[in-house]
Amino acid sequence: MSTQPKLAVWKFASCDGCQLSLLDCEDEILAVSDAVQIANFAEATRHVEPGPYDLSLVEGSITTPHDAERIREVRAQSRHLITIGACATAGGIQALRNYRDVSEMASVVYASPQYIDTLATSTPVSDHVKVDFELRGCPINKHQLLEVILAFLHRRKPVVSSESVCVECKLRGNICVMTAHGTPCLGPVTHAGCGAICPAYNRGCYGCFGPKETPNTAALAAQWKTLGASSGEILRAFRSFNGYADAFREESLKHE
Amino acid sequence: MSDPASPRNTRTIKVDYLARVEGEGALHLGIRDGIVEEVKLKIFEPPRFFEAFLQGRHFREAPDITARICGICPVAYQMSACHAMEKAAGIALPRPLRELRRLLYCGEWIESHALHIFMLHAPDFLGYESAIAMAKDHRDVVQMGLKLKKTGNDIGTFLGGREIHPVNVKVGGFYKTPRKGDFTQLAETLRWAADAAERTVQWVAQLPFPEFDQEYEYVSLSHPDEYPMNEGRLISNRGLDIDVAAYEAHFEEEHVPYTNALHSIHKGHGAYFVGPMARYALNSARLTPRVRAAASSAGLGEICNNPFQSIIVRALEVLYACEEALRIITEYEEPDSPDIPVHIARECSGWGCTEAPRGILYHRYVIGEDGLITQAKIVPPTSQNQKQIEKDLWKIVPQSLHLTDAELQWRCEQAIRNYDPCISCATHFLKIQKEEIPS
Repeated sequence: MSTQPKLAVWKFASCDGCQLSLLDCEDEILAVSDAVQIANFAEATRHVEPGPYDLSLVEGSITTPHDAERIREVRAQSRHLITIGACATAGGIQALRNYRDVSEMASVVYASPQYIDTLATSTPVSDHVKVDFELRGCPINKHQLLEVILAFLHRRKPVVSSESVCVECKLRGNICVMTAHGTPCLGPVTHAGCGAICPAYNRGCYGCFGPKETPNTAALAAQWKTLGASSGEILRAFRSFNGYADAFREESLKHE
Repeated sequence: MSDPASPRNTRTIKVDYLARVEGEGALHLGIRDGIVEEVKLKIFEPPRFFEAFLQGRHFREAPDITARICGICPVAYQMSACHAMEKAAGIALPRPLRELRRLLYCGEWIESHALHIFMLHAPDFLGYESAIAMAKDHRDVVQMGLKLKKTGNDIGTFLGGREIHPVNVKVGGFYKTPRKGDFTQLAETLRWAADAAERTVQWVAQLPFPEFDQEYEYVSLSHPDEYPMNEGRLISNRGLDIDVAAYEAHFEEEHVPYTNALHSIHKGHGAYFVGPMARYALNSARLTPRVRAAASSAGLGEICNNPFQSIIVRALEVLYACEEALRIITEYEEPDSPDIPVHIARECSGWGCTEAPRGILYHRYVIGEDGLITQAKIVPPTSQNQKQIEKDLWKIVPQSLHLTDAELQWRCEQAIRNYDPCISCATHFLKIQKEEIPS
């Protein structure tokens, strides 16, 4: 019997990108597989070890009655459960359904919407079960993923900054796109983790890591207005990949 | 011979969760008295309603939103969406920007193909359940594969900002374009990668391939000057030759009674095959001499009809993408501007079709005078291959009945993985019925 901790990776409604981040650790994945037993990871192996699992990484949001049941089973088999990415942590882009009538949406996509077995909402995993740690991002940053796995192995808290993208911009030496170019940017209210990629490419942050702790979204929305952004633009900016996270949802509602 | 009425003559193979594919799918086979009665590739990936919630979003948002359909091929979604919007606006990109898009696509092909070759497909041929298990005996090969995969990601990170859901693509071009001198390190990595891809072709060519072939209708883009990625006409080996604008007049989605999924068909022809096998069959003359030499040393002719050998074709396309990326880098001239302005102030529609690693990806949008999307249609490659996958299984299973249940199951999984199916992509247009399929 292996004494290595057992790792499981689970998928719910998502694009697969966050679990792919583990396979994108090209330099580290073999070392990871030496340190933990990859016990259940359908995208990578047909071999399945039965639970319980020491660490479960959960990708995707809960959008069907079946998945609402399945996440409870996953929780029951997992000593630690970590959500990876915006879908699992905030409901993802598919949570845009939460603002609309889902039966109307189904009829846009499907000729026979009565066949669609879906919930009216796309919700984060934490709405259904206890989550031990939430890793942000659409997609997650693979270095942060490794840090979370490592922290788990060493029984310590992951070192994942909860400040804003602005801090990462300063660390990277980016010029502020909002001050210098007048480009609307969500950086001041967005959770760090990506490394301030968009401003480094002369683009405003579009919030794919979701709200930071205590974001001042109202002040930022006012600043966007002075830069010429319309209410529609502000609404859509807050209502995207993390549009159902509390702070972004509340701000978006003010611009309806 | 046993009694035909005996339950022993009934075999049911159920794979409840297909592994080493992107997304959630299942396979059910029913065999009675040596006759295959049921082949169902079932998709249970939850629907995410992209076409619906794109309505009301701005046309400039489509590349980033549709990228989230698939974390494995986000660039393909960004490319098809950008081309559709630019078609609607009536603009075309200048050569340097067009070349950079092609470079980014090369990165995605290398990454996605290397992932599939080494981590998803090769383990089947050698009897391993995963690349991690395979690495215990073939560590050097797996390490080479990972490094090759990383080279594809290096292009994405360099040009797009990050590997998955790159941030630098916009309708009209890029947010920021590289300086000529920025490519030095990438070029060096790519030279190594081209050699590694050549070794990969040799390595996969000696894998044990099941005897199998089938007559296929291959469909891909075709361009007079280049192996197709972003542009071209849609052609097939059975006489199709159309502008992308006519896609919906020639292809439709069909509700097949024995599954709950919509299958794409070529009207009047039936199932068709998209992806590396199709591109190779229809465009091999536009591959580089080095790729053609590698193909011939791997024993591949102008056309390959054994889908198990798609792993060789993928390796050839990795070699091509490395060479093509190097050509683009060598010939690169800095553009005057990272993008050209795109404005839409009237109701219009646009379509785009590009070659995702798995095959053609079609987008069509209708945009209002306020720039907001009023209608979206997306047809990913896996929906187009789905009917063909089942047709392969209908032929493979009868040939494989001598195998044990476990072996037969594995052979079928391998046959599905021949297509590198991306079920996350495929779900937007699949019907998912509440009714359980009886086993």
